[in-house]
Amino acid sequence: MTQDTVHSVTPLVRVEDLSVRFAGTPPVHAVNNVSFELAPGEVLGILGESGSGKSVTLKTLLRLLPERKTTITGKVEVDGQDVLALEGRALADHRGGVASMIFQDPALALDPVYTIGQQIAETVIRHEGVSKSDAMARALEMLDVVRIPSAKRRLDNYPHEMSGGMRQRAMIALALACRPKLLLADEPTTALDATVQIQILLLLRDLQKELGMGVIFVTHDIGVAVEVSDRLAVMYAGSFVETGSVKDVIRDARHPYSKGLLAANLVGAVPGTRLDAVPGAPPALNALPEGCSFAPRCAHAETACGISPLPLWSGGGGRWARCVHASRSAASAAGANT
Amino acid sequence: MSTSILSAHNLVKHFNAGGFGAARKVVRAVDDVSFELAPGETLGVVGESGCGKSTTARLLVQLLTPDSGSVRYEGKVVGPELPLKAFRSKVQMVFQDSFASLNPRMTMIDAVAFGPTVHGMSQADATRKAQDLLDRVGLDPSRFGGRYAHELSGGQRQRVNIARALAFDPQVIVLDEAVSALDKSVEAQVLNLLMDLRRERGLTYVFISHDLNVVRHISDRVMVMYLGEVAEIGPAESLYSAPRHPYTEALLAAMPSLDPDRRTMEAPLAGDPPNPIDPPPGCRFHTRCARAFGPCSAQVPTAFTVGKNHVAACHLNSVKEQVA
Ligand SMILES: Nc1ncnc2c1ncn2[C@@H]1O[C@H](COP(=O)(O)OP(=O)(O)OP(=O)(O)O)[C@@H](O)[C@H]1O
Ligand SMILES: Nc1ncnc2c1ncn2[C@@H]1O[C@H](COP(=O)(O)OP(=O)(O)O)[C@@H](O)[C@H]1O
Ligand code: SF4
Ligand code: SF4
Ligand SMILES: [Mg+2]
Ligand SMILES: [Mg+2]
Repeated sequence: MTQDTVHSVTPLVRVEDLSVRFAGTPPVHAVNNVSFELAPGEVLGILGESGSGKSVTLKTLLRLLPERKTTITGKVEVDGQDVLALEGRALADHRGGVASMIFQDPALALDPVYTIGQQIAETVIRHEGVSKSDAMARALEMLDVVRIPSAKRRLDNYPHEMSGGMRQRAMIALALACRPKLLLADEPTTALDATVQIQILLLLRDLQKELGMGVIFVTHDIGVAVEVSDRLAVMYAGSFVETGSVKDVIRDARHPYSKGLLAANLVGAVPGTRLDAVPGAPPALNALPEGCSFAPRCAHAETACGISPLPLWSGGGGRWARCVHASRSAASAAGANT
Repeated sequence: MSTSILSAHNLVKHFNAGGFGAARKVVRAVDDVSFELAPGETLGVVGESGCGKSTTARLLVQLLTPDSGSVRYEGKVVGPELPLKAFRSKVQMVFQDSFASLNPRMTMIDAVAFGPTVHGMSQADATRKAQDLLDRVGLDPSRFGGRYAHELSGGQRQRVNIARALAFDPQVIVLDEAVSALDKSVEAQVLNLLMDLRRERGLTYVFISHDLNVVRHISDRVMVMYLGEVAEIGPAESLYSAPRHPYTEALLAAMPSLDPDRRTMEAPLAGDPPNPIDPPPGCRFHTRCARAFGPCSAQVPTAFTVGKNHVAACHLNSVKEQVA
């Protein structure tokens, strides 16, 4: 599949036909045939509701999933390396060195029994083998980078001694300490107040530019995705259903699920009026879907929607939607024009 | 608004936050909060985490006893003038955590029928009513009536909680982050249900949410809280289009823009929301306010009327009045 051949530069991330399945009764098909590319210095927002497979996609890029119960198929390349083949030292270098991750809950990244300074320094020593004092100097620099006030004093703080927004900044400092080329952000602002959320979003936007990182930013909040992303991918039931530039997806969504999500986020809604809500709820991921997973909730569903592979509507430049209705509407619009 | 259905009068609730004697610390969760609700209107309540939204809600429905102040229902003081039991059937509450509110060992039919039987309805009538209500909130009683809470999705459980509140035939429903835990597509369905029910039954809502977009969509009026106090209260439209309190302005500016051509360029507030233990003197917002001036750090701003049904507790409004 060559859906994203927009970038002439070598992509930083290349994911091809990725599927992730968890063993169990019943098994979970968490990610199904996902393909995308990320250019160096590009920000991709992945937008989806809970359980759509966003976190699993990110964790696959860092190989953080439990090995024994997880089956991963497809190709995952980061910075030219085959991530699925990494072992031992190379895998350790990849995690935190080439790519690193920030989370909704900083407790997943920060250890409660070490100070912030110790944790950042320890990561720098592990990846770069520098001296303890150099590593501490880097830790201080990083707290400055994430605009933590009185950084020197904060080095000696334990995570619980910091406020929510401050902890989030400390986690970002830790993730960026070894200057990764790729930052994976898993809803890092979801638990924050809007007033703090916007501070963290602007910080991430600035740092992304300063450091030229590629970022994959996962969120269920369209507003957040618009603030940080260059491109958007909409994820539903383990699949990417639509991608394009932020502007194209927000202003001219083609997939019925993307449209439903925009309506649910009150984009263009008149106060007090009924919302154009998608009925039903996302499906269980226990069987590989035949055809479109969204069909049971879709007002445009028809027989063709039950047959895999679904037709792909492509608008060029990495803009596409995988949907019978989108393909047909585009075709008839083109027909009407000639 | 002389004919209010429900009103709060100078509600105060402080919590003990440890320490003894002179070192005793109190959280001023709600500090002198007053407002009125007209029949059939929806009042949205917004503010940062910890500003006292939930405490206000729990005082309003009498789940908490205020340190001082009172709640009136149709003008009668709840307690002395209106017995609690009668009040409870008129004013119901729905919480964010759809699971915690439901008894895990009760079927959904029984959960909805429980209230009416406690209030003296026969089991048969209550069951029939519960079936009708489940049907009304979009859950087929023959499919869902016999299920237990863990056999439903979050959105379905929240529908049951709404049905359970409706079983009392209330006039007012207080919704504390009632749709916040739901996925967006499901949240939109529940919002539609709430708007439909409001129209059908003439319900009055207090709608608490951290989502300013949703609050704007559903509310007639909006109340903005800061550190236990009311900063501004007014009609949704004028409050969103022309806020009269710098804190309201900051909250609105913190909303993600949803417009790729007009991304937010600057965070309106620095730092985290302050702690309601030992709030600052004068205007409680003065430590974060970009427009603080002379009187702000010492003098508590009174509530200035800034428009029809629109009040803001900020000294800037007294200056404006003098200038005008
Ligand atoms: N039972 C209690 N004991 C001590 N402090 C309490 C208690 N209940 C609430 N508080 C404190 O009172 C303040 C207001 O709490 P409240 O739950 O009303 O906030 P809120 O506005 O609903 O916040 P959120 O947006 O996080 O739900 C907070 O500082 C809270 O920690
Ligand atoms: N370690 C795991 N074992 C089994 N199932 C998992 C595991 N991690 C995630 N899942 C399942 O995979 C699906 C996608 O999850 P996730 O990627 O976390 O969704 P989200 O889009 O909310 O981040 C869900 O059904 C989830 O329950
Ligand atoms: S493929 Fe068919 S069912 Fe799926 S979104 Fe498109 S029209 Fe609807
Ligand atoms: S009273 Fe003063 S400090 Fe308070 S909001 Fe108004 S200008 Fe700001
Ligand atoms: Mg997730
Ligand atoms: Mg609350």
